[in-house]
Amino acid sequence: MTRRLMEGSEAMAEAAIVAGCRFFAGYPMTPFTEVLESFAEKLPEAGGVCINAESELEAVGMAWGALATGARAATGSTGQGLSLMQESLSEITRAELPLVVFHMARGQGDYFQATRGGGHGDYRQIVLAPADVREAVELTQLAFDLADRWRNPVHIYGDFLLAHTSEAVSVEPLSFDPLPPKGWAVDGSLGGTGRSRNINPIGMQKGVKGIEPESFWKRLQAKHDAMAEREARVDTEQVEDAEVVVVAFGSLARTARYVVRELRREGQRVGLVRPVTLWPFPAEAVAQAAAGARCVAVLEQNAGQMIDDVRLAVLGAAPVAAIGGISSDDAGFGVGPIFDPDNVRRRVESALSNEVAA
Amino acid sequence: MSQDRLPVLPTDAPPSEPARLLGRFKPKLLLHEDHDLCPGCGEPVAIRLLLDVVEELGCAKSCIGVVGIGCYTAFTSAMDVDLVQALHGRAPSVATGAKRMQPDKLIFTLQGDGDMVNEGLQEVIHTAARGESLTCVLINNGVFGETGGHMTSTTVLGQRTKNSLEGRDAAYHGHPILIGDMLAPLGGTAYVARGSVHDAASVVKTKNMLRRAFEAQLEGRGFSFVEILTMCPTGWFVPTAEGPGYLDSVLGAVHATGELKNAERLVTTAELLAAAESAAGERGD
Repeated sequence: MTRRLMEGSEAMAEAAIVAGCRFFAGYPMTPFTEVLESFAEKLPEAGGVCINAESELEAVGMAWGALATGARAATGSTGQGLSLMQESLSEITRAELPLVVFHMARGQGDYFQATRGGGHGDYRQIVLAPADVREAVELTQLAFDLADRWRNPVHIYGDFLLAHTSEAVSVEPLSFDPLPPKGWAVDGSLGGTGRSRNINPIGMQKGVKGIEPESFWKRLQAKHDAMAEREARVDTEQVEDAEVVVVAFGSLARTARYVVRELRREGQRVGLVRPVTLWPFPAEAVAQAAAGARCVAVLEQNAGQMIDDVRLAVLGAAPVAAIGGISSDDAGFGVGPIFDPDNVRRRVESALSNEVAA
Repeated sequence: MSQDRLPVLPTDAPPSEPARLLGRFKPKLLLHEDHDLCPGCGEPVAIRLLLDVVEELGCAKSCIGVVGIGCYTAFTSAMDVDLVQALHGRAPSVATGAKRMQPDKLIFTLQGDGDMVNEGLQEVIHTAARGESLTCVLINNGVFGETGGHMTSTTVLGQRTKNSLEGRDAAYHGHPILIGDMLAPLGGTAYVARGSVHDAASVVKTKNMLRRAFEAQLEGRGFSFVEILTMCPTGWFVPTAEGPGYLDSVLGAVHATGELKNAERLVTTAELLAAAESAAGERGD
């Protein structure tokens, strides 16, 4: 197994291609730009297509068309670009197309955007949040598998640090359980047979006049409920006897893990819960860790978003306190002083000494 | 066309002979003929032409359509070709992704004027400029039919709609966009035409335009585009029988029918660069 020093953006593109992604479209915007560059360089060599779309609207539309033919396809963007895509993201979910979205945010302020979305109607999308490049390689491949398995969009929530941190990784194909054939995909072959297909977001069926919105929505709801039940992923560390349970995700969880291990070595009873899926949120694991804890300390780089999910998981069984906050660099890329381990250590220590307001 | 020229069957006495079936006219690529489109609507005629041409070219089993949102959308469940339903305005980008993954298939889009020229104008322009090898079909009735007769970007000056009650006024509502004329000069377009379905002769011409557009795609000549003017008496607030005449004299007077471009092939980058170099040489740069 050869390991190579690669930036996260390049490693994710390679992992996507290893997973069989053959179509990518995007519009440059930091820190998504480098993901797009990597696809533009690598996809044609792999027999795929990467289009520099006119806007994020067209990028997601192009991916939609590629997905409809049964190809593995992805797009992505950053904050504003993803805001533009929301109409398509919710509609693609209802068309049940397996889109993978590289959600390369500037920091962690787009937790709500990723987990709730800003689109119309009842819809849910899986959100995977890698903490480092190695995990990003795995989760990128998992994203394509989950997308096909559920016929539902899957996001990978990354940030500037993930895109630009170089780590020695090996991009080896992971194996997953076999998937059903994509009999729903349109390849143009069934015209004139009476069995032609219609991929649409309203439950319209060929040869049938009218639609049945209620049964269509309820079927989707049942699928999303099943996803919520089965797909929550979490990484916990030393929570069994923890007085303070730190909850953190993505790049910031990496710093949190370092600090928790350091404090443990010094005899402090502190543990870490790291949601790997932001949706479905691993509520059960958070609730278990919180049972018996003196404080659940939520470390996130924003004004307080994931803390809502933590509170819903803990349901008042333990005090929940915010120890994160807004923290940015001058360029606005979301690389703020909060990532400094000394800074995080002081915040966790304040939770240990009951100095934070729950 | 006036009311008294239409044949009217007498109903005060039984017919001289019983009704009998003279022929079946259902297109082969239509699953059924049951729809809720208004009397006098031109959209089924345009869709019929599209399906007939796909079938006649032998492409029924190698064709993917991407349809937008409009009155015709509900009727698309009757079209017996593989389809993808796009968002309002977004069919050209969806078709682009499909074509890039299935380059050997005949790919078309079907959009109305509100869909293509209002909501998603940049999509069709960029798809045309890229020379994407697909065919975009616009059914243009100059009005939002599905919402009940509101102004679109192709509504002609003076046309009354629910939000231009006294008629479209250039100073207040702006000018109509002649989309075919905009697309024709772009480097990526191989075939651009505007037809109509208001009478038998125009229907035949429009069918030929669709055939030429698809042939341009099948021959890999670049982007092709057919705009079809269709009747919408409901959205125009005119009697059903006056629809074809209104189309011809009001919409047709501004959105003139005919072929706007039929290029043998697209000019290559190398040829364009060579031409620029020789022009620079002549100027003595």
